[in-house]
Amino acid sequence: MTTRPPIAMLAELTHRCPLSCPYCSNPLELARVDQELDTGTWKSVFRQAAELGVLQLHLSGGEPASRRDLVELVQAARDAGLYTNLITSGIGLSERRLGELDAAGLDHIQLSLQGTDAAMADQIGGYSGGFKRKMQVAAWIGAIGFPLTLNAVLHRRNLHQLPQAIDMAVEMGARRIEVATVQFHGWALKNRDTLMPTREQAREADAIVRDARLRLKGTLVIDYVPADYHSDYPKRCMGGWGTTGLNVTPEGKVLPCHAAETIPHLVFENVKDQPLAEIWYEGAAFQAYRGTDWMQEPCRSCERKTVDFGGCRCQAMAIVGDANATDPVCIKSPRHGALQALAEAHASAEGKELVYRSAPGKPIPETVG
Amino acid sequence: MITEQDVPYLPRGVRIHRDTVRDAWVLLAPERAITLDAIAHAILTEIDGARSFGEITAALAARYNAPVEDIAKDSAGFLGALRDRRFLEVQP
Repeated sequence: MTTRPPIAMLAELTHRCPLSCPYCSNPLELARVDQELDTGTWKSVFRQAAELGVLQLHLSGGEPASRRDLVELVQAARDAGLYTNLITSGIGLSERRLGELDAAGLDHIQLSLQGTDAAMADQIGGYSGGFKRKMQVAAWIGAIGFPLTLNAVLHRRNLHQLPQAIDMAVEMGARRIEVATVQFHGWALKNRDTLMPTREQAREADAIVRDARLRLKGTLVIDYVPADYHSDYPKRCMGGWGTTGLNVTPEGKVLPCHAAETIPHLVFENVKDQPLAEIWYEGAAFQAYRGTDWMQEPCRSCERKTVDFGGCRCQAMAIVGDANATDPVCIKSPRHGALQALAEAHASAEGKELVYRSAPGKPIPETVG
Repeated sequence: MITEQDVPYLPRGVRIHRDTVRDAWVLLAPERAITLDAIAHAILTEIDGARSFGEITAALAARYNAPVEDIAKDSAGFLGALRDRRFLEVQP
């Protein structure tokens, strides 16, 4: 099979972040500030990405506003011809800095939402005053006129706020909301007992989204990531491994997905050592799960094998212990029943505390209780 | 449904881009890149935020020597789909 150029690149500019969300998608081993790529290297990566065929650049983190050179990096991305999206909690953005980002040509902002009120949002984000600040930033974003997507991350503790989150998106003038049920990778794996939604919550969210899509057609676009463990078929992870997108870590490692480092046998190339195009087309980690040749049964003979590509490799690794296995979310996986039992057990666990993400260079907390 | 009097425009954050790697025109929007065929590209490049949908379809019909009803029907379907995704707006 011929490999096509990627469409999207996620640039994790930094792992530093003022928030410490317990479902952070960053790896447990966080990059320190002195390990981060410098401004010039990021600029070169953006130019290489555009030449490779990337159209959409997502500047993420950690909190990308923690990078002092953010405006310069946005300017460089636009100069390279990339559609530039900032994925942010809003913390670290002042009115003046937003004005500079506007002048630099930033195309779009995706603002995360940890809860629809200060009590919930500040508890989940682990940052007092964060919600109030975020609302201020949302008002500035609206005044400048940036296209806005609200990214509501939902789990057992805040799924009841989904209707308010949708209302908030409309009130803020967002054109789009991502209703993202927490996916269990990275830090979220430490918090399944507190964050796993119940099956009833998952089905209720399905219904709320279905209704809101009809009601708000032409006003608000709703992209929905359902509760994975309570689904019958797995997600088409990354649109297919090594087909659509790539991810560059703060230190410059190039990954096929943000969680790929949890697959222990994969080796990742670095933009400091190799051209981005060479890594995309020839890198061993990208080749590992491209196409369908790597599949086992029941994937190999499955009619859905090019629909979802066997689901998430990192989830197969984390739960089945074999990255080549069928994602256990799949109803055809021999481990599907066990996964459902696991989901049930996590969803009914009581009395556990949230384990917050730590800061780069700080010890990784153990799961308690 | 878009009417003859509506004045369509591409809102901020939605733009036409020449993809030199794939040798194609694409419409870039939040989290989306839509490949434009020749017809879609022709329609979108007529949209300037000043002329009405009726004027645009008349211009396209004249340029391509095609019945204006056919052009209007195809264009309305395409622009309606973009509008549903908030990739196209009409002047208030």
